[in-house]
Amino acid sequence: MSLLNVTDLSVSFVTRNGTTQAVQGVNFSVERNSITAIIGESGSGKSVSCYALLGLIPQPPGRIDSGSAEFNGRDLLAMSERELRGIRGSDIAMIFQDPMTCLNPYMRIGEQLIEPLLVHGVADKETAKQRAIDLLDEVGIQNAETAMMAYPFEFSGGMRQRVMIAMALIAEPKLLIADEPTTALDVTIQAQILRLIASLQEKRDIGVLFISHDLAVVSDIADHIVVMEKGLVVEQGAPAKIFTDAEHPYTQKLLAAIPSGKAPESDEVREPLITASNLKTYFQTQSGNEPVKAVDDVSLEIKRGEVLGLVGESGSGKSTFGRSLLRLTPITDGNVTFDGIDVGALGRNDLKVLRRRMQMIFQDPYASLNPRMTVYDTLAEPLLLHNIATRSTLDAAIKSLMNDVGLASAFAKKYPHEFSGGQRQRIAIGRALATKPEFIVADEPVSALDVTIQAQILDLLKDLKDEYGLTMLFVSHDLAVVRQIADRVAVLYRGKLEEVGNTASVFDTPTSDYTQRLLAAIPGKSAA
Amino acid sequence: MIRFILWRLLQAIPVIFIVITATFFLVRSAPGGPFDSEKAVLPEVKRALEAQYKLDLPLHEQYVAYLTDLSQGDLGPSFKYPGRSVNEILGSGLPVTAELGLYALSFALFIGVLAGVFAALKPNTRQDYIPMGLAMIGICMPSFLLGPLLVLVFGIYLDWLPIAGWGDLPGDKILPSITLGSAYAAYIARLSRAGMLEILSQDYIRTARAKGLPEWQVVTQHALRGGLIPVIAFLGPAFAGLLAGSFVVETIFQIPGLGRFYVQAAFNRDYTMILGTTVFLSTLIVFFNLISDVIAAWLNPRLRAQFKGGA
Amino acid sequence: MSTDQMAHLTDAEDGASLWHDAWLRLRKNRAAVTGGAILLVMVVLAILTPWIAPYGYEAQNLDLGATPPSAAHWLGTDIFGRDLLTQILYGGRISLAVGFIATAVALVIGVTWGAIAGYVGGRVDSVMMRFVDILYALPFMIFIILLMVVFGRNILLLFLAIGAVEWLTMARIMRTQVQSLRQQEFVEAAVSLGLSPFAIIFKHIIPNALGPIIVYTTLTIPSVMLLEAFLSFLGLGIQPPQTSWGLLISYGAETMEEYPWLLIFPGMALTVTLFSLNFLGDGLRDALDVRGSKD
Repeated sequence: MSLLNVTDLSVSFVTRNGTTQAVQGVNFSVERNSITAIIGESGSGKSVSCYALLGLIPQPPGRIDSGSAEFNGRDLLAMSERELRGIRGSDIAMIFQDPMTCLNPYMRIGEQLIEPLLVHGVADKETAKQRAIDLLDEVGIQNAETAMMAYPFEFSGGMRQRVMIAMALIAEPKLLIADEPTTALDVTIQAQILRLIASLQEKRDIGVLFISHDLAVVSDIADHIVVMEKGLVVEQGAPAKIFTDAEHPYTQKLLAAIPSGKAPESDEVREPLITASNLKTYFQTQSGNEPVKAVDDVSLEIKRGEVLGLVGESGSGKSTFGRSLLRLTPITDGNVTFDGIDVGALGRNDLKVLRRRMQMIFQDPYASLNPRMTVYDTLAEPLLLHNIATRSTLDAAIKSLMNDVGLASAFAKKYPHEFSGGQRQRIAIGRALATKPEFIVADEPVSALDVTIQAQILDLLKDLKDEYGLTMLFVSHDLAVVRQIADRVAVLYRGKLEEVGNTASVFDTPTSDYTQRLLAAIPGKSAA
Repeated sequence: MIRFILWRLLQAIPVIFIVITATFFLVRSAPGGPFDSEKAVLPEVKRALEAQYKLDLPLHEQYVAYLTDLSQGDLGPSFKYPGRSVNEILGSGLPVTAELGLYALSFALFIGVLAGVFAALKPNTRQDYIPMGLAMIGICMPSFLLGPLLVLVFGIYLDWLPIAGWGDLPGDKILPSITLGSAYAAYIARLSRAGMLEILSQDYIRTARAKGLPEWQVVTQHALRGGLIPVIAFLGPAFAGLLAGSFVVETIFQIPGLGRFYVQAAFNRDYTMILGTTVFLSTLIVFFNLISDVIAAWLNPRLRAQFKGGA
Repeated sequence: MSTDQMAHLTDAEDGASLWHDAWLRLRKNRAAVTGGAILLVMVVLAILTPWIAPYGYEAQNLDLGATPPSAAHWLGTDIFGRDLLTQILYGGRISLAVGFIATAVALVIGVTWGAIAGYVGGRVDSVMMRFVDILYALPFMIFIILLMVVFGRNILLLFLAIGAVEWLTMARIMRTQVQSLRQQEFVEAAVSLGLSPFAIIFKHIIPNALGPIIVYTTLTIPSVMLLEAFLSFLGLGIQPPQTSWGLLISYGAETMEEYPWLLIFPGMALTVTLFSLNFLGDGLRDALDVRGSKD
């Protein structure tokens, strides 16, 4: 018999604007000593189905319409809140997505860790403390005893996620629900946490329900994969079956969206368009403190017509580097030349002329568009500013621009909030292309998007690159994405350039230690 | 932490200095000397009086003399009550006002926090609308209207409670305390509701629920600590407001406290008294702002750790 | 490049701006709409007072004395036989004028100050905001009283004094807004397009900072009116022969034992107005919350 058996689960949300069916007739199960993964994009209902099991959906507006969830022979959905409380944290525990916000900032780590034991009356305070220390040790926190007295802010994201895992496991649950536990973490940390979860699962013989949007991540650890789309389970089965012989078109789409990692080939020798020499960008935090060396003495050339992938984890200075090239962030030392022009030395008018030739695409399509301007106004601004279009040709120019980025021109008078994330990113790309620039800095342009949308936007960027003859600096933390689009790759680590070279050679024969570690951490190698 | 306190104290010094200086010159620049309006005073008597109050010295020397006296804690003599010093008058009013303020603040905190937390637990239900509606009334019903109305209803029509005095009759402290405290109860209720709602929507509250904590424990152990920080930070400004409110309440209920003395001094143009009271009350307010800031910072572990280094 | 994901945007009609959405949300909020309507009536009455007041402002009838509400005097008369409704209408003119004018003073100073500090940033910002911090720490209620005592009870001075207190919060709000907007990617995008700082402030920053400013303005008016009434009650604000609601309440409180209507009606006028402003402000706050409509 399965550890957890969910049948015909339906959940809806009743709001003022009507009822939305979040989950419809979902069936899946979790076996003892195995990992079941639920895969889906945002809004697929993957999290809702799991939260519903533990009564963690606020009701109203949430409503469980039908279904049963047999856990250890009892139906979770039929339990009273009181009975459920007895199960939460003791028999079924959870880990959440963002370790930065999931720990109480006002309580010591130790206090929070032992809480499940005390609440469920499993142990007294002294035994609980001892067990907490042992567990912290086990999940790889050094100086566990001191850590007990620390507050969450004293730990990094990866460490906090370890604490979260320890907290989930402390009452020896039989089922662990992990909701995107590695999404908020850097790649190398992600790999460590995945390994930790897998090893703890095996050692303790427990069932794990692993929720993720990333097929590659779960391919390494899952025993069973459930694919959800728009509240429905569209396909489920063993990973081998899903990866080799997916039946449902949506699953195939998801698989196709996994960046395959085929690097574009090109060996032409080209002229550098942009050169950064000994570029340093420091941020003064508080007077008296050492400045943060976001970019520390980096020299790099970007050749005309190429896509240079710039990779690094959070805090590596990759975004700051991109902004420094465009003079959006003042540089501390060194210089940047664009087509032989010293960018730092330009006066206001010359800079404006140059701005036309270099543009930026931002990460967050929600924040990068002025919410009070229509698509039309957003696109008209650069066109008029740089006299690319006149009043009379403006309509036609905007229409062709929208067409280029795959937006129907009928939506020109709509506001950003009326579009989806992928559509907004298309608008933002259109704005950047309006001036017909030669060079574009794309700062994590797809990381805020769902996987299938990611693939569409990447394709769009590739097409536009050829159409417009662009040179591009493609900044990303996602190596698989970079591999797909970049001709050459540069790796940044703590503000320093670790390695630069052709995409194929960096990925196949990395020279620096850090690059090797970074590559080893890419999820989904077993599937590729 | 000590560094933080010292840093805030250092900030408070210029404020207090500005208050003293501005008040001094404002009062001295007032049209008409303090003895002008007095019934015909003989010139020599006036001169003697002016000498006694150091009014015959050039302005900057008066200022220096005042600062010198002040540094020894001497607020000078009263113009209107010859023979009594400002210190004495303040000394007699302070305990009364302090007691009134304490009762009012306790009332405000107790009712306000309770109503705010209660409302935040079930937002947009009757449990939220009723206390918040009452809070809105509290904010829109100023003390100078609420006071007379309470007197009218409970003092005159129902005749349950005394309508004036302080400590003379049993129960005569109830109406003034409620009158003074109710607006702050309303503010605190709104603040703690907003604070609690914000905290209750945080991810770590979901973590606490996932651990199987009962709802009341989620609230008391996880939400309250963060949710009430805005209330603590509000206590400093609330103290200043309470002092100002005491002007009205002490006038309505004829309570011999600082507020009433201040208003009387304002009407009598008792300049030394105004000057002294302003300086004294301002210092008090700055001091209480400091305390509430320090407590609010101390409740935040990150800030606490940041300032530990300098201790 | 497909446009199939557009399916849910059915019509090619004009989009709904955030202002439009906010207006729709506000309209659904019954308390805010009622508040707004009452306020509108109050303002219209205040403007038309000289023409619609049933009696002359100075008209006394000492023989009549204080009478309870009647057909001739809807809200009764005071001890000099003056019509209370007329008094309240004239008092409302002053109270509302103080509320609106002093708030306008605060708005102009505060928004300018905050916008400059927030946009320029750096040392200018820290000097400007330190100045605000110091003023903030001053006990202003006491200072206003002091000003009124020293310079006489002048209504112009009252506008200035109250405006001078309230601009501080306005400046802080504006600065926070401008600062956070400056870091938004759409402002950065505007910089990288080559827009001038002037164009960025007017096209990208101000329209997005307007919401909080409107909300806070609506909530400042009642607190200003309260301050005026407070001072007038103590006899330190509006002086006879002018009158205001605070002053009427103060007279009413003196004689409330015999003539309670003299306290209750002016009190109601003030409270209802404050209610309306606060409900309208809260409604605007909910309706204009840009973050709430992001998804």
